Amino acid sequence: MIRIAIKRQLGDFTLEADFQDEVGGLIALFGRSGSGKTSVINAISGLLTPDSGDIEIDGTKLFSSTDNTNLPPEKRRVGTVFQDGRLFPHLDVRRNLLYGAKRNGNGPFSLDAAVSLLELEPLLSRHPISLSGGEKQRVAIGRALMANPRILLMDEPLSALDGARKADILPAIEKLRDEAGIPIIYVSHAMEEVARLADTMVILDAGRVAAVGSVEDLTSRLDLRPLTGRYEAGSVLAVEVADVDRTMGLASLAFTGGRLTVAASGLEPGMSLKIRLRARDVAIARAPVEGISIQNQLPGTILEIAAVRDGGAQLEGPLVDVLIDVGAPLWARITRKSREALELMPGMPVTALVKTVAIDRASVGSFNRSGK
Amino acid sequence: MDLGLTALEAEAAWLSIKVSFAAIIIGLPLALGAAWMLTRLSFPGKWLFNALVHAPLVVPPVVIGYILLVVLSPGAPLGQFLSEVLGLEIAFSWKGAALASGVMAFPLMVRAIRISLEAIDRGLEDAARTLGAGPVDVFTSVTLPMITPGLLAAAILGFARALGEFGATITFVASIPGETRTLPLALYELAQTPGGEAGALRVALISLAIAIAALAASEFLARRFRGGAR
Repeated sequence: MIRIAIKRQLGDFTLEADFQDEVGGLIALFGRSGSGKTSVINAISGLLTPDSGDIEIDGTKLFSSTDNTNLPPEKRRVGTVFQDGRLFPHLDVRRNLLYGAKRNGNGPFSLDAAVSLLELEPLLSRHPISLSGGEKQRVAIGRALMANPRILLMDEPLSALDGARKADILPAIEKLRDEAGIPIIYVSHAMEEVARLADTMVILDAGRVAAVGSVEDLTSRLDLRPLTGRYEAGSVLAVEVADVDRTMGLASLAFTGGRLTVAASGLEPGMSLKIRLRARDVAIARAPVEGISIQNQLPGTILEIAAVRDGGAQLEGPLVDVLIDVGAPLWARITRKSREALELMPGMPVTALVKTVAIDRASVGSFNRSGK
Repeated sequence: MDLGLTALEAEAAWLSIKVSFAAIIIGLPLALGAAWMLTRLSFPGKWLFNALVHAPLVVPPVVIGYILLVVLSPGAPLGQFLSEVLGLEIAFSWKGAALASGVMAFPLMVRAIRISLEAIDRGLEDAARTLGAGPVDVFTSVTLPMITPGLLAAAILGFARALGEFGATITFVASIPGETRTLPLALYELAQTPGGEAGALRVALISLAIAIAALAASEFLARRFRGGAR
């Protein structure tokens, strides 16, 4: 169990973070830049000392102002993957990987295990200066893993990478989450990463915890929209692969509200997945539509309609977000004009239209709920 | 090895190398400590410490030599303490010459080390802490290897400065053949002697040769270091 309750004044900024998690798995710390995510991470690793509070990981007290416990960073065994990698430039990859293992004793991850999980074999004798951004982050993850950590902190490990490199590393992080048995706190301001990886989501706003819960629940909450939907509004659905049509290359995903058809690449029947549907990929019709290429037509009821604020302006923007209950909450982003033309109102039955091609590989994450 | 040097030249050259080496061997660790204090610590009177460290850069060497003479001559309390309690005779010995050279080279060494300490990404030291390394371990396993080029530069700069030291040395320990008469002092004496011009030129060339050899050695070491870090 992870228990964090800390207070720290940093100039004008007050960090007052309080959350706990009993589920284990991967906790995403989500919030815009400046919300205090990195400060929370640094407090856990011991690089920032809170003014007061408690930090406890699986029964070990790392910090407590009530009994003056404050373990130095080197005694905490908190594996940290920094945004910028921070590999030692004077050591080759092998010696970078072994740095923590030599000091903390061998944990469950041997050099061989880390090398095979993160595919580091060809890099072992190279120096950090010759590695690409993605390679650096893989080595940084391996180095933290090998230091026998009681928890792994990842501070926006993918933010410096381009899309293709991200897609390379995400499966490794998923594997780590499902197989390593080490709790992970993952800091990000990218909803697609959080949706894919997180069991639990902690939303930070201006130094305070705005909400704690599952990604599915928090992304459907209207009161959190200014925080969760700022960059790319969307919904997250937990689904299971019901069957795969090999001749068409399509898979049918079952969720609480029915079925969704997606491209089948890499999917097998029985897999548990989370998919993220961007609000702008969902359209609304008053009734089921015929003679249209869109196959995913989900009947539902409008729950809420929210104006999309236009860059903080007071004026009503051209877009609105509509929350539809299709068995699970689903956001659709349409124009205010369409909304008026269709006379959409809360409580009205509608059909949500989702293009199959809108659900691509990047928005489908493997999700192994049996792992916890 | 016969380099065709006269006894006087060989003696002065050997003395210069010995004095300069002693100056950087003792001065470099102290310069590292001072540079570390100036970059990493904040303490009351830091500006005064900074001024003292840099004083030899701006105060005339003769003044530095005179201060050393006043403080460390056998008659002064500190000089008396050193000679009677520690058995260390500094005044008018090659050790005094090494001290004078070391003091004059000190600010240059501190500056070179300080620049490389400031250039280090402190995040790397934080990362080492999270991987289980205590502060001393971090210093020896991360900080020190990363400032090695800076230390090397400091050593060469210090050696070159010590090799050329004149004013503070002649004021503090005079020019005693075989004891404190280093190459610059020998050159000065020869130049002052009627008919000594040819000898002075030879000493000047020897000084030049040693300096160039030191520079070449540092280039070699720096290249080896950079090669290792690739």
